[in-house]
Amino acid sequence: MQASINVNSNDRQTVLVCCGTGCTANGGREVFKTFETLLKDHAEIELLPVIKATGCNGWCEKGPLVRLLPRDITYCSVAPEDVSEIIDKTLIEGILIKRLLYRDPVSKEYLSSHHQTDFYRKQHKIALRNIGEIDPGQIDDYIEREGYQALKKALQEMSGQDIINIVQAAGLRGRGGGGFPTGRKWQACKNASGEEKFIICNGDEGDPGAFMDRSILEGDPHTIIEGMILGAYAVGASRGYVYVRDEYDLAVQNLGQAIGNARQRGYLGNSILGSDLAFDIEIVRGGGAFVCGEETALIASIEGRTGEPHDKYVFPTEKGLWGMPTVINNVETWANVPVIVLHGAEPFARIGTENSKGTKVFSLVGKVVNTGLVEVPMGTTLREVIYEIGGGLLKKRSFKAVQTGGPSGGCIPASLLDLPIDFDSLIEAGSMMGSGGLIVMDDHTCMVEVARYYTNFLAGESCGKCTPCREGLRAQLEILNRICDGEGTIEDLDLLEDISVTMQGASLCALGRTAPNPVLSTLRYFREEYLAHIEERRCPAGVCRALTTFYIDPVKCTGCQVCKKHCSVNAIQGERKEVHVIDESICIRCGECYRQCAFDAVQLRQEELR
Amino acid sequence: MQIEAREYEYANDYKVLIESYSGKPEHLLAIMQDVQRHYNYLPRLAISMISQHVGIPVSRVYAMASFYKAFSLVPKGKFIFRVCDGTACHIKNSATLLDQLQQHLGIEVDETTADGMFSIETVNCLGACALAPVMVVNGKVYGKVSPGDVERIINEYGGQSYASQHKC
Repeated sequence: MQASINVNSNDRQTVLVCCGTGCTANGGREVFKTFETLLKDHAEIELLPVIKATGCNGWCEKGPLVRLLPRDITYCSVAPEDVSEIIDKTLIEGILIKRLLYRDPVSKEYLSSHHQTDFYRKQHKIALRNIGEIDPGQIDDYIEREGYQALKKALQEMSGQDIINIVQAAGLRGRGGGGFPTGRKWQACKNASGEEKFIICNGDEGDPGAFMDRSILEGDPHTIIEGMILGAYAVGASRGYVYVRDEYDLAVQNLGQAIGNARQRGYLGNSILGSDLAFDIEIVRGGGAFVCGEETALIASIEGRTGEPHDKYVFPTEKGLWGMPTVINNVETWANVPVIVLHGAEPFARIGTENSKGTKVFSLVGKVVNTGLVEVPMGTTLREVIYEIGGGLLKKRSFKAVQTGGPSGGCIPASLLDLPIDFDSLIEAGSMMGSGGLIVMDDHTCMVEVARYYTNFLAGESCGKCTPCREGLRAQLEILNRICDGEGTIEDLDLLEDISVTMQGASLCALGRTAPNPVLSTLRYFREEYLAHIEERRCPAGVCRALTTFYIDPVKCTGCQVCKKHCSVNAIQGERKEVHVIDESICIRCGECYRQCAFDAVQLRQEELR
Repeated sequence: MQIEAREYEYANDYKVLIESYSGKPEHLLAIMQDVQRHYNYLPRLAISMISQHVGIPVSRVYAMASFYKAFSLVPKGKFIFRVCDGTACHIKNSATLLDQLQQHLGIEVDETTADGMFSIETVNCLGACALAPVMVVNGKVYGKVSPGDVERIINEYGGQSYASQHKC
């Protein structure tokens, strides 16, 4: 047992194995188990290292990650076969294993700790402060890192109103997408009258390409619990719900365990830490409907109804769950609360821009070198995030756009790469913050097809209650399908804009009002791609199958066979080191060869296809 | 929808599962999720029993079942191939993976092979975007799948040359 050994925990060797979603899919669990098994056989080590399975470190691209403390060594892409070498060489003899270290692509230097990499150096972690550092199953790990200190401080020295004042002074805005000032929301709930009040944590993370909520719930569930207790104390609520996507098995499991542990220690229950504060939390697993991320729909879902939103003449802070005053905030928002309450408003407010304070977590994905979760101060530019932290584009392709804000966000072009990211600047650029997905697209991405993709997504997720959203999306999808199939007309573009205006003005909830954003932002910045599809009947990115054929340039082809290997229909012929040929009668135009070829030998036929 | 005779054989199992929750409406979603998880669909009899336990009309349980993506009214296959079509996967060509699966198994998305072995589904995002494109078979995650890998993955589950045998 750890507790029975009287040794300063800082001196003891600790092995942190990342068991977040990405690393687990790459075999992180097996690495963890191998450490457990093999270390048992090392009775000669006087003080056996502690092994911990942590949440997501964010650097999924290099997973599974293994970190060794106290020396702060990070090994990348570790396989179970590497474990015995790590034990023998590094843990026992103290020697670094070069091949498992990260090598900086520019300086070619081997870096012993991930903290030295550009990916981490430029980040500023508040919401993600504990993730990767602690075992989410151990409440003591959280307590050791200032956990539940904010709660103690609040109960001893502060009134509920003091907490609201601090959150307001810190300038915290909702991280789920809306950006509504959190303190103002809490104040409204505190002022409202009701027999009972509720606290909800919105973990129905529906935006494709965003997984920060999942990561926080999996890797640091206690920060959410502590944030919610502080919220409950501030507004006078007695019950809380965490609404989590059912697909997030590990998040549900870790959060459930954390709630149980918090109850045992007296952080949840009838008289929290001996005070008269009574508050408890229940988990509600979502049913899989994107619209349930909208707060009135989410409330309907918790009440056991279909997740249809209703108009918000009265806000949930007045009449929310079961008709009672309710505060509903996103996972990331709650994760910031304990830090703000413990350290005061000022340190938080010092970070960020004038109207967007603090940091924001982004999931940086798509055609970028370092994919993963990054937390940066508000106001950091897109260029810094994509090129300095993200390491630029894969295969050094040219940047075309970055999509922010989830399905109802927009695509931002290269000309706006120096845009500082905050709530207001993104809206000005025709997109929005959303929950923080940043999807990087290169010249092999067709923007018309991206608009079609999002419209298709939203058409499937529209709850159907109001006509502009339901019918508008359906009509837009039909038009976009037509354009992608090469049957679009120039009038279609006006029609798309026309429908968009109606949807923005007349839809019932934010889903419908923002649903035209993908169409409008691509029309605004990538109109020429629409025109190429309509007037020239070609898809410049080589994605829309009806408008694309591929051929192999005999001069550039080296006969490396990569395209042939990746062709799923065996349409490519050619021997090694000889020029390859695509048989167009077999080719399904999936474009895999086009994306795989390192020599640009696979090319698009540029002439018009009639 | 008719209640099928074989469903009555499971009536007691349904009952145990459903009555492990209180009859409060806030537990409706959870009850339905548990039934779905156990049987891979919501049997018609179980829907009736849920409506009685919670004290709401069958039509409201049905509304929930058809609204939320987590539920199915027909049995799903033993192996469920879920292709992620989140944005990161989409721009990395997940559509071709889906095409390949459909072709090899001879079924469309949301369909099940006649022998009840395989189903194909899409999912909006699995949050494993760093591994895009991603495919999950009964909880096992396959990352960075290329269209050429699909046949091998199908074969792992005994789906060799399935389309030719089972195509209706």
